[in-house]
Amino acid sequence: MQIATHEQRPGHAFLSASGIHKRFGALVVLDNVDFSMGQSDAIGIVGPNGAGKTTLLSALAGAFPPNFGTITFDGRNVTALSAAERCRSGLVRTHQVPKPFSGMTTFENVFVAAAHGSAVGRDEAYERVIDSLTLCGMLGVANRQADTLGLLDRKRLELARALATRPKLMLLDEIGGGLTDAEAGELVTTILELRRRGIGIVWIEHIVHILLQVTERLICMDAGRIIADGAPRAVMADAGVVKAYLGGTPA
Amino acid sequence: MIDTLIQGVLLGGYYAGIACGLSFMFFVMRIINLAHGSLAVAAAYGLWLLASTFGISPFVGLLIILPVMAVAGWILQLYLLERSARGGALLPILTTFGLAIVIDNLMFEQFGADTRSLAPFIGSLSYDSWELPGSIYVGKLAVMTMATAIALLGGLQFFLSRFALGRAIRATAEDPDTAGLVGIDARTANALAAAIAMVTVGIAGAFLGMRATFDPYSGGPQLLFAFEAAVIGGAGSLWGTLIGGIVLGLAQSLGAQVHPQGFLIGGHAVFLAVLFARLFLTGLPFLGKGGFSRTGLAKIRAAIRSTL
Repeated sequence: MQIATHEQRPGHAFLSASGIHKRFGALVVLDNVDFSMGQSDAIGIVGPNGAGKTTLLSALAGAFPPNFGTITFDGRNVTALSAAERCRSGLVRTHQVPKPFSGMTTFENVFVAAAHGSAVGRDEAYERVIDSLTLCGMLGVANRQADTLGLLDRKRLELARALATRPKLMLLDEIGGGLTDAEAGELVTTILELRRRGIGIVWIEHIVHILLQVTERLICMDAGRIIADGAPRAVMADAGVVKAYLGGTPA
Repeated sequence: MIDTLIQGVLLGGYYAGIACGLSFMFFVMRIINLAHGSLAVAAAYGLWLLASTFGISPFVGLLIILPVMAVAGWILQLYLLERSARGGALLPILTTFGLAIVIDNLMFEQFGADTRSLAPFIGSLSYDSWELPGSIYVGKLAVMTMATAIALLGGLQFFLSRFALGRAIRATAEDPDTAGLVGIDARTANALAAAIAMVTVGIAGAFLGMRATFDPYSGGPQLLFAFEAAVIGGAGSLWGTLIGGIVLGLAQSLGAQVHPQGFLIGGHAVFLAVLFARLFLTGLPFLGKGGFSRTGLAKIRAAIRSTL
């Protein structure tokens, strides 16, 4: 894969999380998770429901502080930073359940992100909005109220809004769920374009064959731990992964 | 009759002005500020103090009072409303109710029960008027109040729909967490919104003091009128609040024509009629598109039906 725009820093972890521990009351959701990735990498995260995938993404994005552990991004310790501050430094996430600002149009939703992600002038913000909407195939619904959009467009809006903040790394939470094959194909095209621009991707998805088209590394989580990490095919063939999914020994 | 209508519309301008800040906090920030009236009266007292002690005209005094109100709004949001909002939807209402009582009684302690007015400090403006054909007199102050209300509401609406900060405030009001995800500092956006709301409250307080008298407990009735105007106008845009204020002013003026005691009754009757029409005829939640209203009102409606 051709990666042109960003400077590669081999051997240096662009995003890293070490010893991340998160519990809600007595329930341990993330148990000493270590994770790191280079700039412009694309990583898929799979795992059964309740494995802690979304919690890991939330901790990385700054929705809540972990109980223990350190998160560094772009050479900087971001553990204590808020989600807004992480967003401005280039680390942004999308929601599993789309959350558009429903009182605004599609355009305004994306414009809010463009104008605040990293402070820019009005013209550049407009250009970014148009670029994001074009890339996500949403120009046609730019002036619709966001709460009138269907599921596909809401998912696209999540992506377009995150994209307009000019991220270096995007954390995507099940943006492919509930889509038809044709729609998922469009989504893959969009994500590949993001990769071509050098944007790093961490993507949680249950639909593994979509992930395989975009990522070169797969992580499988179960019960708050990373149980397999490596090349996608190897991870999917891993005995522990099969057991986590099927609850038994491989046939 | 035409005189009554004109005076009613102009009175509506005053109500729209005082409802502006309440409506902004109610519909944009989703906070019901029950201390709204008391804060307006506090601003009026501030102007009165400047005028009576240092001889500063209330219009010049606004240059001092409005920044003070803005800072007060900022502090109010960061140290009171934000903290209470974490305790659920009801707690900010109770907090501002408590705040209103505190402000009222502090003013009572400081200024006593005497009624005050800013009218003596604005020369002949308080009673100057233009004569229209047919012996109709239109107060200059009333026209000025109306113009200010239109400018305030229009300006705020323009700010919310056209400016990056206005959009940030709307986005934060809808979903502070998601706003954070696109890089908006939700605390700052909310604090700025509260500061802006308090500036409009300060302006409303100035007109309250100039057109009438006030005492430490005048806040309650002002809150009531502001609330009625905001709700009649609805959540569509701040222009609705202007319409709401005018409808309230007209209803009160016409009510007073029907019966000498009909002034307040007329306003309340229209307020309740609009409220019930929204609830039962159209089914539109009067709180707008925000989450809890639709299901909440459905429950209220079901409860009322079961008791009838």
